[in-house]
Amino acid sequence: MSHLRARFDLPLSTFRLNVNLDVPISGITAIFGPSGSGKTTLLRCLAGLERAPQGFMQFGEEVWQDESRGRCLPLYERPIGYVFQEPRLFPHYDVRSNLLYGYKRISIEARRVAPEQVIEILGIGHLLDRRIHKLSGGEQQRVAIGRALLTSPKLLLLDEPLASLDLQRKQEVLPFIRQLHEHLRIPVLYVSHGLTEILQLADRVILMKEGHVVGTGLLNEVFTTLHFRGQLGLHRIGAILNARVIHHDLQYGLTQLDFNNHALFVPIQSVPVGQALRVHIFSNDVSLVLAQTVVPTSILNILKATVVEVREIDQSSVDVVLDIGTPLVASITRKSLMLLGLKLGQLVFAHIKTVALNEEFVE
Amino acid sequence: MTDLDLSALWVTVQLATTTVIVLLLIGTPLAWWLAHTRSRIRPIIEALVALPIVLPPTVLGFYLLITLGPYGPFGRVAQVSLAFTFTGLVIASVFYSMPFVIQPLQGAFEAVGKAPLEAAWSLRASKLDAFLTVVSPIALRGYISAIVLGFAHTIGEFGVVLMVGGSIPGQTRVLSTTIFEHVEAMEYGQAHAIAAILLTFSFLVLLAVYVVNRRFPIHVS
Repeated sequence: MSHLRARFDLPLSTFRLNVNLDVPISGITAIFGPSGSGKTTLLRCLAGLERAPQGFMQFGEEVWQDESRGRCLPLYERPIGYVFQEPRLFPHYDVRSNLLYGYKRISIEARRVAPEQVIEILGIGHLLDRRIHKLSGGEQQRVAIGRALLTSPKLLLLDEPLASLDLQRKQEVLPFIRQLHEHLRIPVLYVSHGLTEILQLADRVILMKEGHVVGTGLLNEVFTTLHFRGQLGLHRIGAILNARVIHHDLQYGLTQLDFNNHALFVPIQSVPVGQALRVHIFSNDVSLVLAQTVVPTSILNILKATVVEVREIDQSSVDVVLDIGTPLVASITRKSLMLLGLKLGQLVFAHIKTVALNEEFVE
Repeated sequence: MTDLDLSALWVTVQLATTTVIVLLLIGTPLAWWLAHTRSRIRPIIEALVALPIVLPPTVLGFYLLITLGPYGPFGRVAQVSLAFTFTGLVIASVFYSMPFVIQPLQGAFEAVGKAPLEAAWSLRASKLDAFLTVVSPIALRGYISAIVLGFAHTIGEFGVVLMVGGSIPGQTRVLSTTIFEHVEAMEYGQAHAIAAILLTFSFLVLLAVYVVNRRFPIHVS
């Protein structure tokens, strides 16, 4: 796993970008925060498009910027792929020439991504001879992603690549971003202020607010344990888990999943056994029982958990943060908390009414 | 047309071509700088570049004559007078036609913006590579306007030519000064022929510029 270390302090017109990052980079890392929190500026600093006077940036073993030594590699000397908010395709070339523009400019030994592979993953084979202005917005953005991938980057930066697309086009591009990571194993930094995208895509998050990084870590850990998660509209999230398909029960129409040796059941899925599946749990769907129940229950999903934290929400309800190998939040009433007499470190059983797939947490 | 007129035509074409080439070479970086700089001296440079549009050509010619002549700063250092030579005429034309090349280029570079350039850098193109393969093709219309206007305006100059170049046949006598000579000598027929050529040429050039700008829009989206 590569490490990203970066320090930038850059005065901007309305605020100051002040970032000190030291994070592992693997899978898809979302840079998430409200509009105007400095996400794009951070990305441009990482790419070398903005230059912070005392900046420092290291990716893996390679130092790309170290102003104390007067060093700052220009973007074209960094092994970075960059996809902008707008596709920025070259209008005087056709799709093929756009795709191969960067590919032709790297050495043959450095070519780890083949054009055929990218064309297939992105589904743009039928567009190769088209002029740019004959493409739809979604098609243009896919070509822009392909063009960036064909430079065989060590790090792919995506700056809200779906921002300019309508919902339908978004759904056209989103699966490709997930797939390209699974096929090509290139770590992705993904700037977005769209929660839905992030819940579907991200493995890790870098959370930004007013030019500062206010949280980093695995998606589920950050989104369930954050103090101001209510402000971000995350208050309904119980957990976002990357589970694996174990078994299909055709008789009852259920698919059995495994997460950290916990069994979870969801309505049957057309996903092969062994494959990963991202599931969402709403905190309102989690109820707590003190002992393993001997009385029959209709609840299928019962997880053994430890109480980690109790958080006041309002007059009547509290959030109980549980540990199931990763945080899981149960929203219960204040009265239930009192009746159960929950203490930190106590063993409980979390009964989960439904495990959702790609559900919207955002209202 | 007489042999003298033909040699004037030849000198004119050579002068305009050389001037445009020189202007493209120095105008491209200057126009690029003007299009993208945030420097405070930008308006000063822009005003200086635009000066020949409003300045009487004789004023420009007068100063250039003094500068390039044997007793001017250039003449003293180089021990050579460029006044009344073809080289002197090229230098004068470069100043005189500068706004007609710089302004279309600057406008085109501003329209292209930084976005395609950054995209090219992200695809491993060095600065020069990105400029040649991405910026210039997108700014193509600006280049066509700059070349056509610079060429046509150089052909149309008169005051500066007379001041700096005189009208030495085969060296500095161009079409515009030839008309003047013919009229002075009461040779109206010959003056008519050259005037008609210049009128037709100028009209066709401007027509070409407008047609190109309308017919071949470059799709940037």
